[in-house]
Amino acid sequence: MTAQGRIVWVSGPAVRADGMADAKMYETVTVGDSKLVGEVIRLTGDVAFIQVYESTSGLKPGEPVIGTGNPLSVLLGPGIIGQLYDGIQRPLKELSKASGSFIGRGITTTPVDMEKTYHFVPTASNGDEVLPGNVIGTVQETDLIEHSIMVPPNHPGGKISNLVSEGDYNLETELATVEKDGQNVPLKMYHKWPVRKPRPYNTRYDATVPLLTGQRVIDTFFPIAKGGTGSIPGAFGTGKTVTLHQIAKWANSQVVVYIGCGERGNEMTEVLVEFPHLKDPRSGKPLMDRTVLVANTSNMPVAAREASIYTGVTIAEYYRDMGKDVVLVADSTSRWAEALREMSGRLEEMPAEEGYPSYLASRLAEFYERAGRVRAAGSPDRDGSVTLIGAVSPSGGDFTEPVTTHTMRFIKTFWALDAKLAYSRHYPSINWMNSYSGYLGDIAKWWGENISEDWFGIRNEAYGILQREDTLKEIVKLLGPDALPDEEKLILEIARMVKIGLLQQNSFDDVDTYCSPEKQFKLLKLVVDFYKQGQQSLKEGASLASIRELPVVTSLLKARMDIKDDEMPKLDQLENDMKEQFKNISGVKVTN
Amino acid sequence: MTTEGGVQYSKIAEIKGPLVVVDDVENAAFDELVEVETNDGERRLGKVLEVGNGKAIVQVFEGTTGLSISGTNAKFVGKVMEMPVSKEVLGRVFDGLGRPKDGLPDPIADKFIDINGEPMNPEQREYPKDFIQTGVSVIDGLITLVRGQKLPIFSGSGMSHNLLAAQIARQASVVGTDDDFAVVFAAIGVQYSEAEYFRKSLEESGALKRSVLFLNTADDPAIERIITPRVALTVAEYLAFELGMHVLVILTDMTNYAEALREISAAREEVPGRKGYPGYLYTDLSTLYERAGKLNGKKGSVTQVPILSMPSDDITHPIPDLTGYITEGQVVVGRDLFRQGVYPPINILMSLSRLMKDGIGEGSTRDDHAEVANQVYDAYSRAQEVRALAGIVGKAGLTEIDLKYMDVGDVFEKEFLSQATDENRTIEETLAILWKIVSKLPKNEITKIKDKHVEKYYQGE
Repeated sequence: MTAQGRIVWVSGPAVRADGMADAKMYETVTVGDSKLVGEVIRLTGDVAFIQVYESTSGLKPGEPVIGTGNPLSVLLGPGIIGQLYDGIQRPLKELSKASGSFIGRGITTTPVDMEKTYHFVPTASNGDEVLPGNVIGTVQETDLIEHSIMVPPNHPGGKISNLVSEGDYNLETELATVEKDGQNVPLKMYHKWPVRKPRPYNTRYDATVPLLTGQRVIDTFFPIAKGGTGSIPGAFGTGKTVTLHQIAKWANSQVVVYIGCGERGNEMTEVLVEFPHLKDPRSGKPLMDRTVLVANTSNMPVAAREASIYTGVTIAEYYRDMGKDVVLVADSTSRWAEALREMSGRLEEMPAEEGYPSYLASRLAEFYERAGRVRAAGSPDRDGSVTLIGAVSPSGGDFTEPVTTHTMRFIKTFWALDAKLAYSRHYPSINWMNSYSGYLGDIAKWWGENISEDWFGIRNEAYGILQREDTLKEIVKLLGPDALPDEEKLILEIARMVKIGLLQQNSFDDVDTYCSPEKQFKLLKLVVDFYKQGQQSLKEGASLASIRELPVVTSLLKARMDIKDDEMPKLDQLENDMKEQFKNISGVKVTN
Repeated sequence: MTTEGGVQYSKIAEIKGPLVVVDDVENAAFDELVEVETNDGERRLGKVLEVGNGKAIVQVFEGTTGLSISGTNAKFVGKVMEMPVSKEVLGRVFDGLGRPKDGLPDPIADKFIDINGEPMNPEQREYPKDFIQTGVSVIDGLITLVRGQKLPIFSGSGMSHNLLAAQIARQASVVGTDDDFAVVFAAIGVQYSEAEYFRKSLEESGALKRSVLFLNTADDPAIERIITPRVALTVAEYLAFELGMHVLVILTDMTNYAEALREISAAREEVPGRKGYPGYLYTDLSTLYERAGKLNGKKGSVTQVPILSMPSDDITHPIPDLTGYITEGQVVVGRDLFRQGVYPPINILMSLSRLMKDGIGEGSTRDDHAEVANQVYDAYSRAQEVRALAGIVGKAGLTEIDLKYMDVGDVFEKEFLSQATDENRTIEETLAILWKIVSKLPKNEITKIKDKHVEKYYQGE
């Protein structure tokens, strides 16, 4: 029995309707004569409070509200990759066919093309007993994505019959029927899943494998693990979006879900324009073949912004269940929190800090807990992960505001963007003193096994130099650089090399935009070697000026741009040059 | 603004601030246009903010002064507020609600468009990348403006932002003369003299006949300011996407807009966000700023240069803060430079153009542009550090290289930043000065420019 009521009150995205006694919490409803999509967020007597996902301009009391009986759900099946969706999984391309360059209202469309055929290869057989989560076959969704067709988690499971043979089928084809307790339930290529409910999995692992992003300040200094959580807060102009785009481009995951939540329209356009032309550094295929975009830009209806985060994370979990590593990037969670605040205000709830609702913290916690590296439910065994990275846009760049402080409680890697660094064009403007990573110890093992066992030590040495510099800078500010002995001046010099040669990275430079872990380690080691040899030379009587003027300094600083990932011997050459040049200034043999 | 037809109600329940609550209302729609008639027959426009349970809350744009509970009529027009548009709007002056202010009759409308507009479908946007030469070195060289961008000027009271905006409007309209160019200017609560300055400036350059002016000056009703940018942008979208023109929209001063919004929010007794501004200030501002852009398959573009004065020059104040999160960069006017008499007094370190990277380089400006701009940013930031250090330890305490950076700072401000209000520099001239600055540095300080470009353009020893 679905609810059928009438609008009694309209104010912006909030609508109240009476006659809604049959409505359920978080049920989707159609609102008004133009059939806008809405969701029930409070029930009082027979009055339902509805947040509407489309503009309510022109809506009148008296118009009908009709329940659908279903919670807000996404359709999960092949065809999702490469799409640009709005906050409630409507493909924006389809919307433009219906309403042109601007987004119209009341348009219904399917999230994927239900008529498109995919080549289905069964992996189960008739007579098999299947459980929820079991893979019954695969289709090739894009060049990069082999899409597993799974028994939906909310399916009872049972005995397979009528399994189709290998061939091309569309999404509505019944691939098999599953019999349980005398009931036949069909299986298709797709199923629906409510967005606010995390998808189940079998077991959860610790996050110990790094997610490599090709960004030195992230991978080397403040790494994030697959299945981990990270947050990137920063005032405007500090480069949040560029950093997130870099992660979306270069992260070594199989699927990327990019959510533009209340941000600029042109940023989504940029991804749409750029990604099909960029090649995945590992497979050489276009990045769009592994990317899903969810866009609810700032001027699109505010309620759908709230939903967009859940739409995105549910899609991410679905691909995780196939055994894939998925990165979800949400830009920006602050705008999502503001959408919560706006609806809370219209509900006339008692506000907590800065007008945000008291449940802001628990909603953030629920969202970030959907990250994780897991063994998926069902057979065969599949391990996948969802890594969640959320941007935060603190008002006034103030990290003590509620969204930033609450987010910090639920994430493990914190990349603090710094306006001062951005003003001096130090990009990415991740402040090395305020940022942290809770995964460093866990993933050091991976670097030790795969790159070099010296990695952890050298990384800490480099980080130590930055910390020393931070203290020394205070002295310089008060007394001038001449107050320091040469050994300490050398530290300032090395810190400058770390900053320019390693921490800074030019996303718009063809070479520098992505840095392989091997190159990252080598660059790091060269700078730390330079420090050790410099110390030695000073001891042996060389002047600081002569060290500073070594030609190798400029080469080291430019190596990130001048030497490509596949030109590692050039870095070895640089190492030799460095040794030679140090030999010349100290006049004695320098040993490591 | 036509208001024929509609249903009239006369039961006014309450009048508070800019709001009128009308009772026993049936069949009114959210956002609907309302015509309020006073005792003496004066007509004012308003719109429905909230409707339900027989009540409608109406926001009256021209204020509620002189309205009374008895004798006031509210006519619900049956449609949302619309702006009549046609090519004839060019060269005209309107008031803040889009009614002619130049003594001429209403332009003959080609069509009527909802002033709230609809959000552009991101899938249908064309990524902006056409370089606009403004002839202002600091903009063209370091904070490049492209067609379809929204690039605000963050200023403070009394500074020369109007000079700069007018110079951009004059000079940008000259380049690429084969394209149809138009200027839409919206004065939002600014002084009469400022609005007049813009009008004269456009007139002198001959651009007035390609301009549309919307004037809500400081003595006009405050609530009208909610509407002014919307009618202006509606006209801009029409000119751009239906007539194929490249439209530059100047909105000044957005701070007055946000204050009008706060006034309404306070009258509605909403829970405030920061500094009393409503929690939806970000969303509301975005419905204006996001109306800039280019669209696939359409010739024109809407480029926005909103101007806002930062209260007490504070960039973290909610208005500049939320604006900066929506716009594609910002041009920050610096008080120190202004005091030193530099024009344009742009603090480049705090300024940024997000779309610059795609608007410059080979094919539009020159292939070394991005690198040399990066190096100058870096050098000027070093120069500022050195200046601060010199303030403590004195010039004598500086190293030789520090002194070179001091020199860079001076050359930058005197030769690159400074220019006359009628000086229109080509991009080649601008780049030449950038290289002159970089050439003050020894080669081993140049870390952001590729060797091939250093070889080609570097003039130092």
